[in-house]
Amino acid sequence: MGKNGASHSGSHVVGAPLPRIDGYAKVTGAAIFADDMALPRMLFGKLLRSPHAHARILSIDYARALRIPGVVAIAIGSDLPIRYGILPSAQDETVFAIDKVRYVGEPVAGIVAEDELTAQTAAALVDIRYEVLPSVMSIDAALLDVDGNGEKIHPDSRRDNNVHKEVHLTFGDLDAGFADATRIFDDEYFFEGNTHAALEEHSAVASCGADGKLTLWSSTQTPHYLHRVASAVLELPASRIRIIAPPVGGGFGGKTEPVAHELAAAYFSRKTGRPVKFTLSREEVFYTHRGRHPVRIHLRTGIRADGSISACRVQTWLDGGAYGSYGVATTYYTGALLPVTYKMGAYAFDGCRVYTNKPPCGPKRGHGTTQPRYAFESQLDEIAKELGLDAGAYRAAIAIDPYSRTVNHLRVTSCGLREALSAVSERTGFSDKHGKLAPGRGIGLAASAYLCGAGLPIYWNPMPHSGAIVKVDRGGGVTIFCGTSDCGQGSQNMLAVIVAEALGVDVLDVSVCSGDTDLTPVDLGSYSSRVTFMAGNAARSAALDVRERIAVVAGAELGIAPERCAFENGRVFDRKNPDRALSFIDAARATEARFGTLAGVGSYTPPADLHGDFKGSGVGPSPAYSYSACVAEVEVDFETGEVRVERIVLAHDCGRALNPRIVEGQIEGSAYMGMGEALMEESAFRNDLHRIPNLLDYKTPTILDTPRIDAIVIETKELEGPYGAKEAGEGPLNPVIPAIANAVADAIGRRIYATPITPERVLQALDGTAGPLRLRAPIAMKTT
Amino acid sequence: MSIAPSKILATLRVNGRDATLAFHPHATLLEVLREELRLTGTKHGCELGQCGACTVIVDGTPVLSCLTLAAEAIGRSVETVEGLAVDGTLHPVQRAFLELGAAQCGYCTPGFLNAAVHLLEKNLEPSEAEIRDALAGHLCRCTGYTKIVEAVALAGRRMRASIDG
Repeated sequence: MGKNGASHSGSHVVGAPLPRIDGYAKVTGAAIFADDMALPRMLFGKLLRSPHAHARILSIDYARALRIPGVVAIAIGSDLPIRYGILPSAQDETVFAIDKVRYVGEPVAGIVAEDELTAQTAAALVDIRYEVLPSVMSIDAALLDVDGNGEKIHPDSRRDNNVHKEVHLTFGDLDAGFADATRIFDDEYFFEGNTHAALEEHSAVASCGADGKLTLWSSTQTPHYLHRVASAVLELPASRIRIIAPPVGGGFGGKTEPVAHELAAAYFSRKTGRPVKFTLSREEVFYTHRGRHPVRIHLRTGIRADGSISACRVQTWLDGGAYGSYGVATTYYTGALLPVTYKMGAYAFDGCRVYTNKPPCGPKRGHGTTQPRYAFESQLDEIAKELGLDAGAYRAAIAIDPYSRTVNHLRVTSCGLREALSAVSERTGFSDKHGKLAPGRGIGLAASAYLCGAGLPIYWNPMPHSGAIVKVDRGGGVTIFCGTSDCGQGSQNMLAVIVAEALGVDVLDVSVCSGDTDLTPVDLGSYSSRVTFMAGNAARSAALDVRERIAVVAGAELGIAPERCAFENGRVFDRKNPDRALSFIDAARATEARFGTLAGVGSYTPPADLHGDFKGSGVGPSPAYSYSACVAEVEVDFETGEVRVERIVLAHDCGRALNPRIVEGQIEGSAYMGMGEALMEESAFRNDLHRIPNLLDYKTPTILDTPRIDAIVIETKELEGPYGAKEAGEGPLNPVIPAIANAVADAIGRRIYATPITPERVLQALDGTAGPLRLRAPIAMKTT
Repeated sequence: MSIAPSKILATLRVNGRDATLAFHPHATLLEVLREELRLTGTKHGCELGQCGACTVIVDGTPVLSCLTLAAEAIGRSVETVEGLAVDGTLHPVQRAFLELGAAQCGYCTPGFLNAAVHLLEKNLEPSEAEIRDALAGHLCRCTGYTKIVEAVALAGRRMRASIDG
């Protein structure tokens, strides 16, 4: 045992608030992130980016740049012409733009040199001529027919406008539902786009050996998808590519799809035979983006006399930016999960994602469900007010039941929504305060649900979503191999806890080898809050596979049936007579002697019956859902319009908390991030330019802005989760934004229909210059 | 071959040891620590002095190493995260961050640790407001700062106890 080690083993690993196993490296500066790597003879790369939002590339001349001493290679679009994209249905990007650029900051060329300064200096000497085209910078502009005025952002699209994707789904009899309603509420909301702003700027290091085998280290949440895309774009068999995900310095969805610098590093390393590093600047991170979509949301909700929802129609318009990214999935997600929280008689969803000349939007924590959740929970607050009902009690009354089906056919299992609602209400005395505080002070409540992993993979295949190998060493050390990527959420620790629990060993005797496509079985990645549920289940199966064999041998030694063997505290013993025992090491050695190398495999595939049978049914199903409820208390300054959040109480049903401290950390981080989105974070553009591509002007809450956060862990028993666990990484963010919006409405007596709730918007609401958003006609869709 | 100007030769005192090395006159302390001395515990999140991740201690004062020329640190004492643990034993602030889960992705952590150690060296009994003030120049996107505040307070209590005890 080391000086700083916290020993813990046996049946108490699950549920114990232990330090995370990777925490030691993180508090000493020893954790090696991608940009911390340096290899002998390593070159440094820079991307040249477009200064225009929409322009045709007329010519590129890099002869002068190439003559600069120290410049080793330059590449442009035609050198890497294969299109890629994270979704099979949206293969619309190339590493460097070909023929035209579609947003300011789009990579146009790459340059590698002996050092960073040389690469940067030479980049300025590349002569690129453009013909500037009219840009499309808003949802409204993108919906218009192009009519020969300028050109479409993607000229090969079959439409006359810049619409990327339309979705239309109806469940139940919508007309009958609205006819059944005694009140109908029609509202329009706008959720502004924002970005992840993880503290680590993306970085990738590639090294290609003389044998042609390429190794690529990258700050990625999805090493498996990078593996697939790198193979396609580089035209190199996947068997010759090794992707390694080092610790990732924050992701939040911003590192979930392959992007130009990773593929450029790989390309240049192959081309030059030398290691190559590309690290993005903070400004480049803002252009790489893939952040929260701006979404306009129209909600029409019919309420029966008893307050129940007879019908609900949701329409969303998403500003997707220049490329597809995860956008098709995002579009579906703006409609998929609202019915997971509340019972509805009938439900319809129309979604429309458009291309604009902005950095591509993608998934951010809560992926596509965050924006409509803000709108729906805002509207529910107005409904409860109209009905004269308590906001918390009303939600509990219409809450979905555990072990039921939603109106859109999703399977719900464990559900702690009602418990979460009462926890936050009771902790804050919500009912005694709501509507009763002094002017300028407000309290608001909201609830939500989220996935524990997408029920279906991004590319259709029948293989497991997660695999794991557990190997036991003769010295008693246990290693788990699993393709996960830890971006700070604690997946390394989760795997160690589950394996330590299953084998009854000290958690520090478990090593985790993760995110390495040569060494680890596939895990699809850190997105959709899937890792605890899916990789956790795979790890548990692999550990039980090993345990079964040990139990056979240990049982024989102890003279008992294998089922009577218990594994705790580094011992294997007779459950009925705990004094009859072997040490785990002796049991493992005897098992290796009997059966050979001691390793087990496990995998996880979600059940098949999670969803309905219709086009689009693949987005939304999950093996389980987490539930959250939040109360926020605010104070609004009537002079300045500033909103100060005084307290956030956030309860989250995570199934069983494998490590309650880490779950609390996820809840607290979600409260903070949601608060930033509610009040200040926005991807703002002026004309064609990102207005604030830096961490000072892109305001995020500092430690002074962030209030007291009470995290309440609600435990339900999720029968299909590993040791009963569900997710905690994304779900808790969703109720925070509407809780704050509802608190502001309570404080000022008027509703603000857009985010972020800036001082300017508050003052406009107070002086009556900003009313509800103009209601739009249903989306004028042109189905092709 | 490179277009960069000639390097200067200098001695920096980092974590109590002298290191003689050559670096460009325009090189920042951040770059020299990370790239020449391979002390990669010091991180960069913006290189514009906006995020606090690169904070190190120079002559007892926290500085943003991304805005400090390495040349300015010649003849001064530089402390980085790698110097916090003594003989393998974690500094009380590191221990508290570890135990309470105040480091999630861990990327901003070295900057926070340096600022927190600096605060506690002046004031072992900081109020919550004092802790927040001292850390106001540091961004963290993971934790919501809650466990960071708790960890600094816990470390202060333990450091007081070890002095009193």
